[in-house]
Amino acid sequence: MNAFIHHFIFEFRTGIRNKQLLLMNYLFPLGFYLMMGFIMAEINPLFREDIIPAMVVFGILAATLLGIPDPLVNARENGIFRSYKINGIPSISILVIPALTTILHLLLVAVIITVTAPLLFDAPSPLNWLNYALIFFSTAIACAGLSVLVGVVSPSSRMTVLWSQLVFVPSMLLGGLMLPYNMLPDIAGKFAQLLPATQAMNAFNGLAMGKEAAFPPWGSVIMLLVSGVLAFGLAIYLFSWDSRNTARRGHPLLALLVLLPYALGIFLFS
Amino acid sequence: MIEVKDFRKSYGDYTAVDSISFDVKHGEIFGLLGPNGAGKTSTLECLEGLRAPNGGSLRVAGLDPSSEFSKLKNKIGVQLQSAGLPESITPDEAMKFFCAYHSVDPRFDLLERLGLVEKRNAQFYELSTGQQRRLALALAIAHNPPVLFLDEPTAGLDVATRVELHGMMRELQAGGTTIVLATHDMAEAEQMSDRVAILLKSKIVATGTPIEITATGAGLTKISARTQSSSLTASGVIFPAVTQSISKDEYNIYYSSDIGSTVSAIIAHIKTEGDTLIDLRVERPSLEDRFLEITNSGDVQ
Repeated sequence: MNAFIHHFIFEFRTGIRNKQLLLMNYLFPLGFYLMMGFIMAEINPLFREDIIPAMVVFGILAATLLGIPDPLVNARENGIFRSYKINGIPSISILVIPALTTILHLLLVAVIITVTAPLLFDAPSPLNWLNYALIFFSTAIACAGLSVLVGVVSPSSRMTVLWSQLVFVPSMLLGGLMLPYNMLPDIAGKFAQLLPATQAMNAFNGLAMGKEAAFPPWGSVIMLLVSGVLAFGLAIYLFSWDSRNTARRGHPLLALLVLLPYALGIFLFS
Repeated sequence: MIEVKDFRKSYGDYTAVDSISFDVKHGEIFGLLGPNGAGKTSTLECLEGLRAPNGGSLRVAGLDPSSEFSKLKNKIGVQLQSAGLPESITPDEAMKFFCAYHSVDPRFDLLERLGLVEKRNAQFYELSTGQQRRLALALAIAHNPPVLFLDEPTAGLDVATRVELHGMMRELQAGGTTIVLATHDMAEAEQMSDRVAILLKSKIVATGTPIEITATGAGLTKISARTQSSSLTASGVIFPAVTQSISKDEYNIYYSSDIGSTVSAIIAHIKTEGDTLIDLRVERPSLEDRFLEITNSGDVQ
């Protein structure tokens, strides 16, 4: 427990000390939130209704997909994991603790957005706070797990950016953050259901914000939680201590299994 | 304390280490020498449990590094060549963090001893190379491991820091710690190691004490003599067993294959000529000389 606490404290401080992580955890999500709040809400007044869930989901996507994978790849390439292994630091701690500290940073950002949006932009507050919190944590776990998995299977920082953007960009365009899910063409809508952002926005709308969900919102929560746990499991299974050690327990393409809960959800919950 | 028998390590078709055997006794400083690509790092990594060997057997502190790694972590300390610490960690945090995983109290006294107190709250990337290496050493020994692996521990350090680290290694040895020292610095290996093994092209080509290894070579002893007058510089003066002689900085330098006969003859000549000996220095071949001889010839002992 002592080891966990010291590890957690160090990783949490890193999220503020490291300029790249500070940008992804706080400056980018909050800056984008303010920009969207002041500009988008003027252009499209309906955006006010979505600003809290949309900007919280955006914050989660930025801090996890853009913040978590690269430090994992760099630590592996720079021999930091080798040093950790020699000192008995388990792989589960290496993967889970940065995700937990990122979620804690995200919680602070979510609180700032949720408290200030009604005051600054006349945005509606959540109606069901318990569900709001549950969906926040489910989304954070799903995205953190996915990001850790990207960091584990990416052979280099360059590939990390590619994999992360493959999730981040479609999430921004199709995930219901900028455009309502109902406005998407049917095929695009099905594809969008493979994205955690779409499931998160659907769950926020149906269970916390008092709006109508496009598909069963509890199904979205289940998919987020299952995919999050699955992603962490796959990341731990596929983890390698250093890039020169070619012995890996499974092929990196196994990581695609993380999409399975969403794919099944399309059939089960649509 | 460490036993290596017929150890092999390969990566695909490339054989990094080919059936080597050696042992390291309790409380010994054992130097592992060799040019880049000789197999030092692979050997160390397998001994540290970072990689699994492809053949032979390894025992470190009575444990198999591959199958008993969870027990091994408290028995070994490792100072990696690359520091292996996150850029943003402070010495204070690193000490708490690593000690917590070894279930021991943080050894802040080591930070003080190694001159890191003033930098205890600085981030790792803000430390100089020497400070980073000293921190790595402090972390490696914080849990009092009986076996310590040091990979190029003094590379890039200033003289004072090297002396301090050498002193600490001697202290650890006196306390019973077994040290495996991988280094390119032959002077350091010769000065610090009780025994050394020289790896070349995946095999051990020489093993023994530094004196034993240097004695097996064909190296010539360097004898430097300086006299008040110029009795040694006169032409036609030839001493026994000398293969080469030069004059430099008021010294006459002779390379001899038989120290005794050459030195006796030099002293006798000076006396005969009525000259006075001011300085006489005898330098046996260094480990570096022998190392170069071995690596150039591929000589297997």
